[in-house]
Amino acid sequence: MKKRGKGLAVAFYPTGMGGGGDFTNAIVKIKPDGTADLIIGTVELGQGACTVLPQMAAEILGIEYEQVKFINDNTDSCPICFGSFASRVTYFAGNAVIKAATNARQKLFEIAAPDLGAAPEDLEAVDGTIRVKNSPEKALPIGQVATKGLYEKHEFVVGTGSFGRPRSFPDPETGACDPLATLAWASVQIEVEVDTETGVVTVIDSRSVYDVGKAINPEMAKLQVEGGAIMGMSWATLENLYPFYPSPKFQPRSLGQYMIATTMDIPHIETTMVECPSPVGPWGAKGIGEMTANPPSPAVVNAVHDAIGVWITDIPITPEKVLRALEEKEKAGN
Amino acid sequence: MTFKSIGKSKPRYNGLDHVTGQAQYVDDIFIPGTLAVKALRSPVHKGIIRKLDTSRAEKFPGVKGVITAADVPCNTYGYLTLDQAVLADKAVRYMGEPIAAVAADNLEAANEALDLITLEIEQETPVFDPLEAMKPDAPKVRPEGNVLMVGNRPYRLVFNGDIEKGFAQADEIIENTFFFPSQEHAPIETQVSLAVPEKDSRLTIYTVTQGMYFLLRQLQRILGQGDDLTNRWSERMQYASRGHLGFCDIKYVGGNVGGAFGGKTELHADAIAALMALKTGRPCKWRWTREEEMLYSARHSPWRMTFKDGVTKDGRIVARKVFSIHDAGAYTGLSSYVVDKHAFYVAGPYYLPNVEVKCAVVYTNKVPTGAIRGFGVTPGTYACEIQMNMIAEKLRIDPWEIRFINAIRNGDQLATRTKLESVYLIETMQKLAEALNHPIDKKYASLTSAPREA
Amino acid sequence: MVLLEISVNGKGCRVLVDATTSLLTVLREQLHITGPKIGCETGDCGACSVLIDGKLRRACLTNAMSVNGSEITTVEGIGGSGGLHALQKSFYEHHASQCGYCTPGMIVASKALLDNNPTPTELEIKEALSGNLCRCASYVNIIKAVKSAALKTSNGGGEP
Repeated sequence: MKKRGKGLAVAFYPTGMGGGGDFTNAIVKIKPDGTADLIIGTVELGQGACTVLPQMAAEILGIEYEQVKFINDNTDSCPICFGSFASRVTYFAGNAVIKAATNARQKLFEIAAPDLGAAPEDLEAVDGTIRVKNSPEKALPIGQVATKGLYEKHEFVVGTGSFGRPRSFPDPETGACDPLATLAWASVQIEVEVDTETGVVTVIDSRSVYDVGKAINPEMAKLQVEGGAIMGMSWATLENLYPFYPSPKFQPRSLGQYMIATTMDIPHIETTMVECPSPVGPWGAKGIGEMTANPPSPAVVNAVHDAIGVWITDIPITPEKVLRALEEKEKAGN
Repeated sequence: MTFKSIGKSKPRYNGLDHVTGQAQYVDDIFIPGTLAVKALRSPVHKGIIRKLDTSRAEKFPGVKGVITAADVPCNTYGYLTLDQAVLADKAVRYMGEPIAAVAADNLEAANEALDLITLEIEQETPVFDPLEAMKPDAPKVRPEGNVLMVGNRPYRLVFNGDIEKGFAQADEIIENTFFFPSQEHAPIETQVSLAVPEKDSRLTIYTVTQGMYFLLRQLQRILGQGDDLTNRWSERMQYASRGHLGFCDIKYVGGNVGGAFGGKTELHADAIAALMALKTGRPCKWRWTREEEMLYSARHSPWRMTFKDGVTKDGRIVARKVFSIHDAGAYTGLSSYVVDKHAFYVAGPYYLPNVEVKCAVVYTNKVPTGAIRGFGVTPGTYACEIQMNMIAEKLRIDPWEIRFINAIRNGDQLATRTKLESVYLIETMQKLAEALNHPIDKKYASLTSAPREA
Repeated sequence: MVLLEISVNGKGCRVLVDATTSLLTVLREQLHITGPKIGCETGDCGACSVLIDGKLRRACLTNAMSVNGSEITTVEGIGGSGGLHALQKSFYEHHASQCGYCTPGMIVASKALLDNNPTPTELEIKEALSGNLCRCASYVNIIKAVKSAALKTSNGGGEP
């Protein structure tokens, strides 16, 4: 018989290294053609740093996203980034980029101010120009300003920025500390179908709501949520490096023996993004890269319980575990 | 405020490279004269190396270099505890621990040469189960003991409130144990490093790391370029005289990685590829096979977590006591970091007036564990969220309701006594209920994360 | 060593190869065509997917000499000189990649699908791509991208 069940799980997740102490530096360089180089030691591993960080630089500089080059490929020229982990890049690298771009923009304001007949603080960077606030007709293209800086004022327009959090060590007696930059939040419901004859658990529906603070690139944030959801379901139903834990025997050696979710394993997925801004995050953004894989596995366990009334508290929920649990339930006369 | 870029779904910066096959990953870089590297790994779970003779391997046609522990300038590393060797010199603590490495003109020669290395290991009794390893008479994984000391305790302690007072207020005590297994990150790109000796006595390493600077310091230490400037200088002379490595030093090239999920925060292939390049003066590439990745790369540690909750009949959690065991494998790696991160968050996003968390790191003779997506928090969320449903079942309260009753709000504290802001748990639940057309009681529909009244 | 003559992405190639070498090794290490990726070398992941005389194959499991005289198409040859193929454009526009390592194989496998079945159902797309692993699990957007490309090509609006 096929039985269906629903399971709820909620989650929170800290942005940045646990206990702080991490930082990222960035350089923003304005070129005479009015485009910018963003130079930063942040690794792109699929999370989208190469896209959201240039988006941030473009926003501050008032230029197009397509006009920002992302340069992150080596430790000789790219300034220090602690690393692409701990859901930290959008928040930490993002804030460093904002500072660096703001710093470069300030230099553009100072170069342009005399020609525009205004004080630097009365200028803004909009639509590829430096212009006087409230007098959009008084404007100079950014490329022209950068060129003037180079050729006339011998000012190389480059901005630097650094952002980090101080280390907070837990009190040895109580564990008290200030371990986080901000927290992101999520609620997930998963629906499963359990085949009581074969023991196979199929995830058929996944609904998620994530508070991302601010989605800098909504489609990429959504893709990350959905990818994480699938990884979490894969953990819940398929993956185990030690099938006879704690014995290390019979460890899987290939991707044939160690199954991960494929296109055939994915359920109907819907994602909603909500925005409760972090006071310090870039435009309020929080990190969600990791947490997206967290609520699915308990939600699957809860859904299986809802479907067949047994608790399986050691994932992955293999068909064997389901059948054994059902047998025991029957024996107990429930 | 209107934005031009922020909040817009701009196309992926390197998206065109992805779809045309032009995106360059480490394994796509070809440098003429590159040697293939393979490692001899421990065939036993625990033992003492009694004999290691590489002379026959060195003479094998095509072999350009063999390295052992004697070739490693500084053979201890680790993020937080310097307890791991690049190449084991005496004790081996897990099956697969690297002992020697060969660089040859091609993979076939490197693999054949590995078979010519004479290795004798006196086997010792391993321990795999952390619960066994915690017993006083258990075989020692590490000389200093099988449980990591956190200050003067064999666990990290985090508490807030008065746990016993909390239990005294409870109508029911609900205790359950949860197990979270070990997973492989399984990025489709395996570990790979290409180390290239360059002009100006420099060493360029093309690597898959998630944090170029995160590993740079460790590698500098291993290659004999510690933080102390005097040491660096003398080491520089040592290397420069061999024409291999100058003062400054290592250049990491990376930044585009074929998936990581935490699995590319360890040195993995970097140190041995670098040492090989220094030994041979040639570019050396070590690409792990999928089998090596599955069997020997850092993996998610297994976690065993026990929740003991004191709850009132109306569904409030008045005491929560958690004890977690993190099965670290044979070396510390990032375990002393993750034990803290776990302890900070395992109790979950709930208002807990009385909470106590103890979390222990236990060594076993298995492959060292490492960072993974959700590091430390994933098993916590797993255990906590199942426990919430178990409480709901016992008290005959709806699983949504039990969470609304206990949801953490602005101004509430974590177990670490951190006062929270920008809390949005209740709101994400309300939004989910709305998306699902799931009916929720009026009193929960109007709830917010606004601070509790004193 | 034996002489292998194949056409790769429309270009004739003559290379001396070891008789036991895989097609993947020849493509990557000898011809430096790096679109096909090494993910497992056991045929499990699909990152090395190529078309051999129009048929979808795993380059890692294919002995190079066994395809002597064949026409090989990798992701680099999908778009040809006419710019991006509809599938490539669609993957790009639908944000259908994260780390991108599986993308070349995904695109080749999708091309094989659309060549045989220009208007696949969602299930047919899922089945056709079930041998291509994506650990970032961008599957939802990948399926959308293939659907959208199929609509365009079957309406005659796309690239060949």
